[in-house]
Amino acid sequence: MKLLVAVKRVVDYNVKVRVKSDKSGVETAGVKMSMNPFDEIAVEEAIRLKEKGIATEIVAVSIGVTQAQETIRTALAMGADRGILVETDVAVEPLAVAKLLKALAEKEGAELVILGKQAIDDDMNATGQMLAALLGWPQGTFASKVEIADGNAKVTREVDGGLETVELKLPAVVTADLRLNEPRYASLPNIMKARKKQIDIVKPADLGVDVTPRLTIVSVAEPPGRKAGIKVPDVATLVDKLRNEAKVI
Amino acid sequence: MTSLVVLDFDATGIKQPARSAVAAAVKLGGEVHVLLSGTGIGESAAAAAKIAGVSKVLVADDASLTHELAETTAALVVSLAPAYSHIFQAATAAGKNMIPRAAALLDVQVISDISDVIDADTFIRPIYAGNALATVKSSDSKKLITVRASSFDPVAAEGGSATIENVTVPTAGTSSKYLSSELSKSERPELTAAKIIVSGGRGMQNGENFTKLIDPVADKLGAAVGASRAAVDAGYVPNDYQVGQTGKIVAPQLYIAIGISGAIQHLAGMKDSKVIVAINKDEDAPIFQVADYGLVGDLFTILPELEKAL
Repeated sequence: MKLLVAVKRVVDYNVKVRVKSDKSGVETAGVKMSMNPFDEIAVEEAIRLKEKGIATEIVAVSIGVTQAQETIRTALAMGADRGILVETDVAVEPLAVAKLLKALAEKEGAELVILGKQAIDDDMNATGQMLAALLGWPQGTFASKVEIADGNAKVTREVDGGLETVELKLPAVVTADLRLNEPRYASLPNIMKARKKQIDIVKPADLGVDVTPRLTIVSVAEPPGRKAGIKVPDVATLVDKLRNEAKVI
Repeated sequence: MTSLVVLDFDATGIKQPARSAVAAAVKLGGEVHVLLSGTGIGESAAAAAKIAGVSKVLVADDASLTHELAETTAALVVSLAPAYSHIFQAATAAGKNMIPRAAALLDVQVISDISDVIDADTFIRPIYAGNALATVKSSDSKKLITVRASSFDPVAAEGGSATIENVTVPTAGTSSKYLSSELSKSERPELTAAKIIVSGGRGMQNGENFTKLIDPVADKLGAAVGASRAAVDAGYVPNDYQVGQTGKIVAPQLYIAIGISGAIQHLAGMKDSKVIVAINKDEDAPIFQVADYGLVGDLFTILPELEKAL
C-alpha cells in the first residue's frame, strides 16, 4: 500500500509571532521555520505503518516555496522514501492544497493519505477534510489511534466528549491529533541518507490546479493585550478579591 | 441573504455553542434557519424552534445521519446549500469535521473559527494560536464558516417561534462507519459552556491529585474541570479536558489555572476569560503575565485551603 503524507513548513511552534507594522501579516523574515508539529506526527504514523509491513512506500509532499524542500528533507530523514514539492510562491489555502494533493494521490495511486489535523500558522483545520471530500474518500480526523486491517482503517478520534472510533473502508484520509504518537528524532546517519533521497519538483499548473486564493487578507492585527494583574499574598485575599472586587464567585 | 446554522445537539438538548453560532448568523443579518440531523430529533426540534432569531427549523431524520458522520452530514448540507448564502456551525469537533468537507464539495474555501462578523463577505479569525487576528474577505459566492463559540454570546434559548419542516435526506452511500464511543461522564458543566473553570497542569503530578484536590474546589464553585496539554499527554485526565490552541477554546467568567506554566498554546485557549487566576510555585511562570490575580506557592497546600475558604 502506497501512502502519501503531507508536510507544511511553518513558523516554529516556539516562536512568538509578531504582527508586521503595515498589518499585512506576521513577520516571517529571519524567523525559525520548522515542520508543522501535527505533520511530524503524521510522518511518524506513516513510518510505523511501513515498519509494520502495512505501507510499502511513503511519499512526503509539501506545497510552498523552494525552502519547503527542507521540510520534505526532514520527513525523508525520519524515514519517508521520497518527496514531491509542489513549488509556488502563492500562499496556498486548504482548498487549493486539497486539490493539489488529490491530483498527486491519484497519480501515485495512494491508498491512504495522512496529514496533520491543523497547521499552527493559519489554524484552519481543513485540508484533510477537504481532500477526503474531493477524492470522495471517508475521513478519520483528529486521530489518536489508527489500525489498518482487511482493507479498513479503524480510527479512534478525539472528539468533544472523549473518544470515538470509526471504521473507514480504504482508500481513506486520516488527520493526526497530538496523542497519535510521539515523533522520532532523525538520527545523523538517516539525515545523511536522506540527502540522497529523491525530491521531485512540480508546479501547480503541471497538476492542472488553479491556486488563486479565495480569501483576501484585509489586515492582520495584534489581539487586545492582557495586562498582568496583581499577586495576592494568600488564599484569604484571593477569595476576597474574587468575591468583592471581581465579583465572579 | 439567508443563513443556515447546523446545530450541535444531543439527548440533553441543544448545545450552547450552537446558540453562539446562531448569534454569528444573527449578527450577519437576514433570515436564519437551523438544521438538526440524526434520529429522534422531535424534542430538540421543538427546542430549536424557540431559539431567538430563528425563523425556520429543518429536520433531517435518518439513521444514516446518526453520530454526526461527516460524510453523510456534508452530503445533506450540500443538498440544502442552494437556498443559502452562508452556512455556519460552531467550531465543535463535529463542526470542524464536517463543514470543511461540505465546503470542498461546493468548491468553497472554508472560513474556520471566526471570532467576529464584519459584513457578508468579511470576517475576523484568530491565526497563530490567537497571537494575531486576521480580517479576511471571501470571494466565494457562498460562505461556509465555523464559529468560535467563546467569541459570540449565545442567543436566548427562548423567545422565538420558528416553523419546523422535514427535509429529504440524500441517499448517499458511505464507506465510513461509526463503531463506538468512550465519552467522559461528568455531572459538571461542559467546558465550553461553564461560567467557571478550574484547570490543572503538569504541576498536579498525577490524576489522583486532580480528583483529590481540583474536583472539590470545582464542586464548591459549580465549575468545569479543564487541563493543559501537558496534563493530558501525561495521562492525568482524558483528552476532552484539554484547553488550548488545539483543544477547547473557552472564555468563562473565571478561569483558575493551577500548576499550569502558560505555554502560548494553552493561553490561546483561555486568554479571553473575563478573570484569570494563576496558582503556581514558579513566580516567573508566563501564566502570571495574563493573570488578574496570581498566587505564588505550593498548590498542595493552597488547594485544600481554597476549598475551605469557598
